[in-house]
Amino acid sequence: MSGEGAGHAEVISIAEQRAAREQAASGDARPRCQATTLDGRRCRNYAVDAGHCRVHSVRTDVPEPPSADEATDEGAARRRVDEEAARRGWQPPQDAFALLRDLLGADWGRHLSDAAAFVRRRLTGDYEIDEFGFDEDLTTHLLMPLIRPLHRYWWRVASYGAEHIPTEGGGLVVANHAGTLPADAMITRLDILDQTGRHARELAADLAMRTPFVGPFTRKTGATLASGPDADRLLERGELVAVWPEGFKGVGKPWRDRYRLQRFGRGGFVSTALRAQVPIVPTAIVGSEEIYPLIYDLRVVARVLGLPYFPIVPQMFALPVLGPFALLPLPSKWVIEYGEPIDTTRFGPQAADDPMVVFDLTDHVRDTIQHMLHRNLMGRRSVFL
Amino acid sequence: MAEGRRVMITGVAGDLAGLFAAALEARDDVAHVVGVDIRTPTASLQRTEFVRADVRNPVVARVLEQQGIDTVVHMSTTSGPSGSGGRAVMKERNVIGAMQLLAACQKTPSVRRFVLKSTAAVYGSEHTDPVSFRETDQPRTPPPHGFAKDATEIEEYVGAYGQRCEDVDVTILRFANFVGGRTDSAFSRLFSLPAVPTVLGYDPRLQFCHEDDAVEVLARVACGHHPGVYNVAGDGVVYLSQAIRLAGRVPAPVPRPFVDGVAGLLYRSRRIDVSPEQLRFLQFGRAIDTTRLREDIGYQPRYSSRAAFEDFVRRRRIRGLVAHDEVRRLEHEVNAFLARHDQRRFLAAEPVSEDRR
Repeated sequence: MSGEGAGHAEVISIAEQRAAREQAASGDARPRCQATTLDGRRCRNYAVDAGHCRVHSVRTDVPEPPSADEATDEGAARRRVDEEAARRGWQPPQDAFALLRDLLGADWGRHLSDAAAFVRRRLTGDYEIDEFGFDEDLTTHLLMPLIRPLHRYWWRVASYGAEHIPTEGGGLVVANHAGTLPADAMITRLDILDQTGRHARELAADLAMRTPFVGPFTRKTGATLASGPDADRLLERGELVAVWPEGFKGVGKPWRDRYRLQRFGRGGFVSTALRAQVPIVPTAIVGSEEIYPLIYDLRVVARVLGLPYFPIVPQMFALPVLGPFALLPLPSKWVIEYGEPIDTTRFGPQAADDPMVVFDLTDHVRDTIQHMLHRNLMGRRSVFL
Repeated sequence: MAEGRRVMITGVAGDLAGLFAAALEARDDVAHVVGVDIRTPTASLQRTEFVRADVRNPVVARVLEQQGIDTVVHMSTTSGPSGSGGRAVMKERNVIGAMQLLAACQKTPSVRRFVLKSTAAVYGSEHTDPVSFRETDQPRTPPPHGFAKDATEIEEYVGAYGQRCEDVDVTILRFANFVGGRTDSAFSRLFSLPAVPTVLGYDPRLQFCHEDDAVEVLARVACGHHPGVYNVAGDGVVYLSQAIRLAGRVPAPVPRPFVDGVAGLLYRSRRIDVSPEQLRFLQFGRAIDTTRLREDIGYQPRYSSRAAFEDFVRRRRIRGLVAHDEVRRLEHEVNAFLARHDQRRFLAAEPVSEDRR
């Protein structure tokens, strides 16, 4: 960009641009900006001050940039950085210990000792699992820390309403399911763990339980089969249960149906909550739809492989260029909102066998989540920011 | 005739049955113990009268009559064809033997109690299984063959016998896999291999029943009054991977398509019988609910699944490739190193660094 004030540009709103365009159309001759743009043409914006537009006008309220000879002097720049670092109490790493300290923080020793204890427990089998196969040691100390960067930096999850999650006793978190791969389940788990310190126990599809590697992994993270008896058992023990009642219809829905809730199973989760008399926490997850936009479903391949859907996602087209990195999920901005808990005690446990109550309550939960989705969609600035 | 129960144990040459007979001998409320088997018992028994006969032999009915037996504990169901010469012979012995024993019991009016040692394998093993089976649960798919099918059929016959003879208490005990070092089973033999074969991509949940617990439950049932079906297992579950680590062994994962070949190889070379339903079990595992055992019989297993397995490892002196002491020593060394490092930093700390802090 030419002009002295380069780098100190301001954003011009669309309304302002449109007004300018309309004025130009009506033949009003206002002075234009005299600056030249990057591609060598005259700037077409209207001048607002001293023959320059708002982009190119020189701002007087910003400090003078450092003089040219100082800025190009590499030594001086490095010195400035070092001074600043010293002020903040940092020294360039001198040895491996210092490097460790920089990477892991001051208590790297404790981290190392914890890691050693973890490795010892895993190698000697010295850990407990519960009857559902939940390996808390593995989940808390390895899996959750592994996906924490995804939660924090890749999808920058903002979560609201965590106070609605019951801090003790049973509870049923019901959320929308999307994103071709069920990443939203893992991320919501982690979010609930970080917000409340509780492990939400997922109810998983039987396909996941059958698949090699996936099945045992799912069990070890605390999930169990999405069936009445198992869910009852979890709630009886006072566990927090998380369920995605849309199932594969939700995860594998085409891009054009994004944020449109699918059928909520057969309302089994509602009967379970009624039987156990636990509150239902409707949860809306915004952002998960955009991680793998499903643009086409190869039904034939899916049928041959025995899968519920075979997705074609845009990332696949980048495979030849970027290699395996292309298959990373898109870094959309996520918002998780936990809604007001829905009380089930006013219906009583016998309502679990009343189909009318179950259907009504299912619809109520579904509408609540759909409403929350719409509200959060309206509220977001862009998909990625 | 002394006061007390007069008990007949079929299949007394088995490891568990031998322990059970010894436990009964030690009890005051048992007057007489008769053991029936075609093999000679391995356990050293004093009071037990031994009858060398097959359960299908009519002599069993005569013994029942003459000895005035009031409690029959049926433990002669064999799990593998390797010991009994082929699948057909095994089925004959298991199912037909049980039928004939039941017929003999029905004919003998003195029999008041019938205890069947069954197995949790009757629940099958599927990915859609409930997290733990209650006694009333049905298997998702009935066991199609092998030991589990025999056990299911025997249970049916025993149930029918209980319905026919309403004055007889029929108890069916469904045991999880036995471990503990003094009994031998196909499953525990797996851990005698240097590397334990597993099915690649699967990690079953296992439950174990310690033989001491099993003997105690059998004795309580034989000397008490507990009609019905009961699951017997230690508390908690253990993953196969965890069991392998507890034993210090290394897993040898076999891809699913080669599993049958490897199973055949194991059978030929090591006499380890891994039958098809065992393979399902190695994929999906199984857990059973023992609430009824604790509440109705009032017995709390002394060994949890993990403790039972650890006891088994200790008694068998299983020495793995991964020595636990070595792992612990390495962890200790890391901690000692950290302590030394901290100490050195503390000693080397100059006042300057204190100021900065």
